[in-house]
Amino acid sequence: MSAATKQARARRKLFGGLGFHGFGVIASFFFLAPFFWAGLSSLRSGSEAQTPPLPPWPTNGISFDSYATLDSFGSGIWQHTLNSLLVSLSTVVLTVIVSLLAGYGFSRYRFPFKNVFFILIIATLMIPFQSILTPLFIILARLGLNNSLVGLTLVYVTLQLPFSVFMMRNAFDAVPREIEEAARIDGARDIKLLLRVLLPLVMPGVATVAIFAFLNAWNEFLAALILLSDNDKYTLPVLMTAVRAGRLGAINWGAVQAGVMVMTIPCLIIFLLLQRYYMRGLMAGAVK
Amino acid sequence: MSITAATPLAVAKPRRRARSSRQWQGLLYIAPAIVLVKIFFVIPVLFTVWMSFHNWPLLGEPSWIGLGNYTRMFSDTRFSAALSFTAYYTLIATIAIFALAFPLALFVQNERRGVSAYRTIFFMPVVVGLATASLLWVWLANVDSGLFSPILRMFGVTGRSANLLATFNNAFATIIVMVVWKIVGFTMIILLTGLQSIPGDLTEAARIDGASRWQRFRFLTLPLMRRTLALALILSVTGSVLAFDQFYIMTSGGPQNRMISVVYYIFNQSFVSFQLGYGSALSIVLLGILVALSIVQLWLLRVGDDK
Repeated sequence: MSAATKQARARRKLFGGLGFHGFGVIASFFFLAPFFWAGLSSLRSGSEAQTPPLPPWPTNGISFDSYATLDSFGSGIWQHTLNSLLVSLSTVVLTVIVSLLAGYGFSRYRFPFKNVFFILIIATLMIPFQSILTPLFIILARLGLNNSLVGLTLVYVTLQLPFSVFMMRNAFDAVPREIEEAARIDGARDIKLLLRVLLPLVMPGVATVAIFAFLNAWNEFLAALILLSDNDKYTLPVLMTAVRAGRLGAINWGAVQAGVMVMTIPCLIIFLLLQRYYMRGLMAGAVK
Repeated sequence: MSITAATPLAVAKPRRRARSSRQWQGLLYIAPAIVLVKIFFVIPVLFTVWMSFHNWPLLGEPSWIGLGNYTRMFSDTRFSAALSFTAYYTLIATIAIFALAFPLALFVQNERRGVSAYRTIFFMPVVVGLATASLLWVWLANVDSGLFSPILRMFGVTGRSANLLATFNNAFATIIVMVVWKIVGFTMIILLTGLQSIPGDLTEAARIDGASRWQRFRFLTLPLMRRTLALALILSVTGSVLAFDQFYIMTSGGPQNRMISVVYYIFNQSFVSFQLGYGSALSIVLLGILVALSIVQLWLLRVGDDK
């Protein structure tokens, strides 16, 4: 290879790299900018929050006015964040327990109508919940669970089940039976066997199930809008729509930005920390 | 004879008992899941069908009206408007998402330094809720304190007080841009898995045989991506047909109520007008549409396989 072609190749590589990262950086800017803009704007002082956002950063120094204003809506931002957290974390715990048991049952036991039951659970995916909200509303009312965070949680857990049970069954299928047999010989039985011996082995599956349950419950809007009618029970997205619509007074855009941040940050932190498990779930869901 | 025959019998009995107790255990483990699915899924699905044959007000007694709710749809112009708006939205959103997701997937396919950071960044909006994204963008698009109008003004695209959510076309464009920003990373990752499943030596062989970049893409990548493309398409179409949050939050149904999607219309019938029976009948129709769409798309996929 002559020196000239070598040089040409190096130059092409350099420009290729520049082009590659040039595109990457510009595209990244478009994906990230809305987050940064809202984050910076939410730190502007109260009077500044209602003015045009150029420049986006606070010019009168950083202020938490918008967050304080947000707290004056509904029953206070802490109450609504607590509602959202309560619903999301209960959804996570219940989904993990129910799908862990079901995944174990489907993976390790033989019983009549096993396939029928499995298909029934997976079928939940085919029928979107949007099309059963009207009767769900009535059934929850008959059960005395309307306008309650418990009712909403149970609905969310059910929505999570097809994905979670599928995920956990596969996780248990991947555990060699020999491990279980050895543990049985050592005297571990049933729930103890499941918790002490098998749970640590399927932990990656549990993490995936938990992340999806949390994000879906935290972000869900339509069911919460329909099933919750008391102001003090609103989860964050429902509260924020009321703020945005000006139903709780004039529209305060500073409060909207602050609310967006409160709803966004947990999702981004969980995703960035646990990307590996999130992507695993995405692949499992997509390949199926 | 008696001994040899008796022995297996004696052994078989306890084993059978053990097996049936194991059966019970298996059922016990899946029982919580089945109970939840039954109460919050199976019963509501059956109940939807039952309710759809009734005039079912929120307060007061439901009354049987047979197919009344279904025949009513044919003369309901607002429902046909919602149907055609949803179809229009689904078409435009899907085209826009795929047009951007494919180049992005090809871009992040490169195994270079920094590419995993780009993958993560492009995916970030996906994990944020659609309601959250809608709130974020309704602020960005707001005329007084939002970001876009000063920028568009700066570039001379629009006049002084261009309210991006006030006219149908502007509001629609804003929502499409928001949805693409929010969703495209998801489609990109799905397509990326498809791209990565194509064996490298296959493209290498085609390259050596003199196939151009475009030929390799057209005759190798695209056909091999068929299943992935179909999956991404089904997910994108189904998601768009079910759209609600963005129209409710960003435009409250839009200028002259022209942005009412099917799910939004069902919501209005059931929970604003409290016509729960009619809402249920509409839900059944929506369900039928979704099933039909999935069958058509799966069928298209099959037809391709036979070639």
